[in-house]
Amino acid sequence: MDHVYRAIADPTRRAILDELVDRDGQSLFEICARLTMKHGIGSSRQAISQHLEILEAAGLIEVRREGRYKFHWFNGEPLRAITRRWPTTGKRS
Amino acid sequence: MRINLTSVPVDDQEKALRFYTQTLGFEMKHDIPMGQHRWITLVSPEDPSGAELCLEPDEHPAVKPFKEALVEDGIPFTSFAVQDVEAEHKRLEALGVRFTQPPVDYGMAIAAVFDDTCGNLIQIATEVKAS
Repeated sequence: MDHVYRAIADPTRRAILDELVDRDGQSLFEICARLTMKHGIGSSRQAISQHLEILEAAGLIEVRREGRYKFHWFNGEPLRAITRRWPTTGKRS
Repeated sequence: MRINLTSVPVDDQEKALRFYTQTLGFEMKHDIPMGQHRWITLVSPEDPSGAELCLEPDEHPAVKPFKEALVEDGIPFTSFAVQDVEAEHKRLEALGVRFTQPPVDYGMAIAAVFDDTCGNLIQIATEVKAS
């Protein structure tokens, strides 16, 4: 789980997840364009690739090839483990 | 100095000519035999005396790996302006064009990216005028 906490500790990586929730299955180009134009994040494509690798290692995104294209998909499953550990609903709410 | 010509590297000039004219709607300006290839340029019917687009053979060995790397990351080779990117996306998709990015609102522009069937991704964009 350490991977997951580390992955979501970074604001650029959280912005990437926000944009994938807005539209799932994006190319690297689309992710970079959204970060630059919508979030004012001017990181290089290389830096964004490294953020994507960290998110992929934490299981928060999946990279799938479709023919010659490569798309990034959000995976919320690791986050469910957090609410299973610290339930947000239940006897106290 | 002015820009009067730009080019896209295509894997097959005849196929490219069909796609860029019949599907995208550009018009042929020049078609001159050049050895085993042709010098083909196109113009937009919206601007027939404007900049020309050359359909250039991509046979140099460095070009194919370059194109493949761009396509893998979804990076368009060039970009064209359209009046209404949403309408153009619908029109082209109905013609079977594969989009790697549907129209996305960036604030200053709305842009989409499609596959030109000749080894390139192409962006179409509509500028959003500040109101």
